[in-house]
Amino acid sequence: MTQLPYKSQAVAKPYFMAAIALFVGQILFGLILGLQYVIGDFLFPAIPFNVARMVHTNLLIVWLLFGFMGAAYYLVPEETETELHSPLLAHVLFWVFLIAGVLTVVGYLAVPYATLAQMTGNDLLETMGREFLEQPLPTKVGIVVVALAFLYNIGMTILKGRKTAITMILLIGLIGLAVLFLFAFYNPSNLVKDKYFWWWVVHLWVEGVWELIMAAILGFVLLKVTGVDREVIEKWLYVIVTLALVTGIIGTGHHYYWIGAPAYWQWWGGIFSALEPLPFFAMTVFCFNMVNRRRRQHPNKAATLWALGTGVMAFLGAGVWGFLHTLAPINYYTHGSQITAAHGHLAFYGAYVMVVLTIISYAMPMLRGREVNPERAQVLEMWSFWLMTVSMVFITLFLTAAGILQVWLQRIIPNPQPFIEVQNQLVLFYWLRWLSGVVFLIGLVVYIYSFFAKDKPQTVEAGEVQPAMT
Amino acid sequence: MSATFTKAMARNIFYGGTVFFILLFLALTFHTVRQIPQRIPSETPSPAVARGKALWETRNCIGCHTLLGEGAYFAPELGNVYKRRGAEFIKIWIKVQPTQVPGRRQMPQFHFTDQQLDDLVEFLKWTSEINTENWPPNIQG
Repeated sequence: MTQLPYKSQAVAKPYFMAAIALFVGQILFGLILGLQYVIGDFLFPAIPFNVARMVHTNLLIVWLLFGFMGAAYYLVPEETETELHSPLLAHVLFWVFLIAGVLTVVGYLAVPYATLAQMTGNDLLETMGREFLEQPLPTKVGIVVVALAFLYNIGMTILKGRKTAITMILLIGLIGLAVLFLFAFYNPSNLVKDKYFWWWVVHLWVEGVWELIMAAILGFVLLKVTGVDREVIEKWLYVIVTLALVTGIIGTGHHYYWIGAPAYWQWWGGIFSALEPLPFFAMTVFCFNMVNRRRRQHPNKAATLWALGTGVMAFLGAGVWGFLHTLAPINYYTHGSQITAAHGHLAFYGAYVMVVLTIISYAMPMLRGREVNPERAQVLEMWSFWLMTVSMVFITLFLTAAGILQVWLQRIIPNPQPFIEVQNQLVLFYWLRWLSGVVFLIGLVVYIYSFFAKDKPQTVEAGEVQPAMT
Repeated sequence: MSATFTKAMARNIFYGGTVFFILLFLALTFHTVRQIPQRIPSETPSPAVARGKALWETRNCIGCHTLLGEGAYFAPELGNVYKRRGAEFIKIWIKVQPTQVPGRRQMPQFHFTDQQLDDLVEFLKWTSEINTENWPPNIQG
């Protein structure tokens, strides 16, 4: 048995397992949604599209948060060179968060949304029914409580231990995540203000503080698998997170073009969000640079592959696909079309899904008492990497094709066609997207199977001479 | 990166740059919030509009539709539906759902009262009068 550097790192394991389990749920509901795009009444009225979508997106957010928390519990003791402040608290929070998450999803599926709102006291403080923030009030309060207790645990650990740039950047990211979520409780009846501050959760999470968390996790894994000097890695991290926040904060403006905010946001948002690919490009260069300069050949090849993949796919999904439609004159035509959906899929997968799978790939073998997985398990894991990544690229390409056609037929040609007539002409692309989704699920099954794969027992070939043991 | 550019310098640029851009963003936000009243039909949305918005939210309309381009892309844009279809059409349309046409995308039946339908229409009317810099490009949304 390989020993963990710090015993309390073990609390990360249930977090990673829950993340993967919820990931499976997310993908299954994604496939339901994909089918509903081509067979409109599929599973209606049992699971209407809006319910399946809520489950799909909320599960994504929850499992990524499980991944981030697991990553923090794993890397903070090792970075600070001290045991976690309270492993017990981490265990308790795990169950609170899991039960809250599962109950919320059961609520979505079991009762009509309006009934759920009534049951959970939405009248006291109306926060539900806004995209991604659909959770009932008790769940939202629960998220805040879990986040604060989690920050306390991580903060106390960092306070008593060694302070590194990796932990400081992670901590700032996590504090930002918790603080910005408080805007989920602000929902004025003025729709313009509602939308304006809704983005303070949504945009400033994924194009702001989450990038800090991502950079810290990536930096930690690269530090471990490459053995490159910490000074070099941490300098890179500061450059990356500077670029992320300098572009991303004002870049929020690319959501303010058409929701009633002043027109100057078309300039502020356009210019700064056009620069938003920079931090992701820096991450790509960073990943390859560190791996090329590696001073050790880490036996966990799968983790290195995930880290490099994150660098590339985050740049493509968040950077390139974001840039495609971020300038106001283009966004005027593409806003709220399948182009947005295409970008959303590749950005979330390339940046946040992949970075969580990177830390799981690195940490999980050690949490299971071995330095690395057996060869065969790693080969399977790398197969799952390619299956999921390539199929997600195809999902993105088909949605982009659908989006271009949609924009053309509905918004550009001289006699624009109604929404649903346009949708009926996109069916071919939606079918292809769905098939790509099936391949993604196959990749996910291979991924999970890789956790249980063992090397085949070594057989000695006839005539082969075994070297003597020394 | 060269040795003259140290980690401490990178860290200071990070903290300085972040604080600067947070302050700039807050200043722009302050200005925007003061501008919003001139860009919406009524400075304080009427009680009917507020009730309509609550209905919009508690029925999770955003889970299928977009509103000013934000939401799901499964069903039509509703930011300008008041101008596209008018009040009566909207109310009748909601009442007759689901269409039950095989294979067609289905909208649930929400059993709204006449008062609720009126509130919802008021909310959609208010929304259609927001100054959106002429988005969407045409009436189809």
